[in-house]
Amino acid sequence: MSRRPYIRKVERGWWLGHRRYVVYMIRELSSLFVGLYCALLVLGLVRLAQGRAAWDGFLAVLSSPLGVLFQLICLAFAAYHSVTWFALTPKAMPLALRGEPVPPKAIVGMHYGVWAVVSLVVLIAAGI
Amino acid sequence: MARSNKPILWFPFAAGGLVAALIIPVLILITGVLVPLGLLHLPYEKMATFAHNPIGKLILFGAVALPAWHAAHRLRMTAHDLGLGGGVVVKTICYGSAWVLIVATAVTLIMV
Repeated sequence: MSRRPYIRKVERGWWLGHRRYVVYMIRELSSLFVGLYCALLVLGLVRLAQGRAAWDGFLAVLSSPLGVLFQLICLAFAAYHSVTWFALTPKAMPLALRGEPVPPKAIVGMHYGVWAVVSLVVLIAAGI
Repeated sequence: MARSNKPILWFPFAAGGLVAALIIPVLILITGVLVPLGLLHLPYEKMATFAHNPIGKLILFGAVALPAWHAAHRLRMTAHDLGLGGGVVVKTICYGSAWVLIVATAVTLIMV
């Protein structure tokens, strides 16, 4: 039995015609930079395991102009991911408290609160 | 009822989205801004101690593996949106690179 499902052709530039779609694509593209930064973290971990000289070399790469530029781009996209992710949580995960729906703003606000606390804890742990 | 593997893909995806949103910006702020500016130092001893600690290992693994999986899943969907197809090639590239990162993290953390 052969099944040949119809696969509709996707127009590659469909998202360019409308601002909302462009914004959507930028949001989705943020995952590429989150992924690339994860790869950088893994590299750092491997260098750390290789010893002091390798770790110091990794720190030098982080502080090189190219390293900083790359990370600043990643930071912009990562922050954009955070903002858009928090914004959609009330839609993806509506909460009810004693039968009453929790206002979307409260859910988003709670996420920003947790974001601030996590960031602060990481900064303190890193020795700021 | 038809069984679906969606929950298995979705849970780490959602967890990864949250972990990425909460922790990646501050990590980039540290490694990409504060360290290059000399406002913060990440000495070898301190980092190695953290990576040796079982809880430190768990945090490091979660901070890398979950966002990596999230990014892979999302990139696969975006590739489909961009008309690059949703086939085996895209799946292999996206999930494959995530698995490389996840396995490399796990192996490094076990060996370190």
